This record gives sequence, structure tokens and C-alpha cells, in this order.
Amino acid sequence: MWALVAAGAVGLVAGVLAGLFGVGGGILFVPTLTLVLGLTQIHAEASSLLAILPTAAAGAWQQRRYGNVRWRASLVLALGAIAGVEAGVQIAEALPEHVLRRLFGVLMLAVAAQLAWRTRRKPTYPS
Amino acid sequence: MRLVVIGLLAGFFSALFGVGGGIVVVPLLILMARFDERPAMATSLAAIGVIALVGAVSYGFHGELKPGAAAVVGLPAAFGAVAGATLQQRLASRTLSLGFSALLAVIGVWLLI
Repeated sequence: MWALVAAGAVGLVAGVLAGLFGVGGGILFVPTLTLVLGLTQIHAEASSLLAILPTAAAGAWQQRRYGNVRWRASLVLALGAIAGVEAGVQIAEALPEHVLRRLFGVLMLAVAAQLAWRTRRKPTYPS
Repeated sequence: MRLVVIGLLAGFFSALFGVGGGIVVVPLLILMARFDERPAMATSLAAIGVIALVGAVSYGFHGELKPGAAAVVGLPAAFGAVAGATLQQRLASRTLSLGFSALLAVIGVWLLI
């Protein structure tokens, strides 16, 4: 029972982050499904996608009301991503996982720094 | 064309690391395609919905979905997402950008340790 409550609470937090920043929430869903609900890694990754569906749909629906969604762009992005998954799977099988994790970690820090730097330089004006 | 490349990269990284495409799509839309923060985040969310749909269907054929467990986290998350999207309209673009940078930095450190 407490596991369900805890999983639901993390789901709620993941959803707020998803709606706020436009991410899916999978980064919190997968560990919750494995550690709290006891799913295997593969079941968790699959079910995380299922959990992302209502999350992304509800968030995008709300964003649509504010006129922020560019539908054509999102469709092009999604089609590109589906093709990219194939390439990713091939590489993932060829390289050791810890090397990939390190590379991606460094990449994330670099992007975070660039984004913060760009924001800092931008003149302040209300938008 | 840029959008196709951004999509490809997002799919590529999400397959490699099991992280969603959002943390890749949002900064690339802002830095490469010159989107403002709010449209970038909203458009990313819509794209993720489509990607997750395709992914879930493909896993579904392999019988690896646990719909009950997905609902336990996914349904509260749907309410959270509406709240998050609403909150987003009240925050300055600058705040969103810096908040997102912080999120990326946390994920980056988490991947490195």
C-alpha cells in the first residue's frame, strides 16, 4: 500500500517537472517502477513509456491552450526520433555502457553550461 | 531540416541511455532552432507523446508492458503535468532556462557518479 502511495507521489512530482520543463518524466518513472514497484529493468522501461503517454498528452493539451505547441515541428521531431532510436540501439550494443554514461554526462553538463551562459547574456525583458 | 536532426539526436540518445528525448530536444530547440523557452518545452512535450506512443505499442507487441504499474505513476503524473504547464506560464523565460540548466546539470552529475 505504502509503495503505491510513494510511487504515486513520485509520479506527481515527475509530472510537474514534465509539464514545467517539457520533458517526459521517464528519468523518474523508470527508477520508481524498478525500486518502488519492483519491476524488472525491461518492464520498467516499457511501462515508463506507457506512463509518459497520459503525462505528455495532458501537458501538451494544457500547453495548447496557451498557444505554445508547434504541432508540425513536434511531428517532425517525433518522426526523426523514431528513426534515431534504431541508430542508438545499434551503437548501444557496440559500446560499453559506462563509457556511454560518462560521455552523456559530460555532454549534459556542457549543454547546461551553454544554456545558462546564453541566458545570462540575454538582455532582461519581460516575455 | 534542423528539426529532423534534433529528432534523430533525441531518439539516438534516448535509445542509448533510456532517458526521455525531452532533455535533448528542449536545449537543441532553444540553441539550434532558435525557439523561445515556452514553445520549445511545449513542442517537446507533444513530440514526446508521439514517441512514447510508438515505443509503448512496440513494447506492447513483445508483452513487456505493466499497465497497472504504469497507471500508478502515470495518472498522478498527468495531473502534475497540467499543474507544471500552468505554472510555466507564470514564470519568466529566463527562470525557465536557468531551471532547466540546473535539471540538466543534476542529470549530468548523476550520470557521472
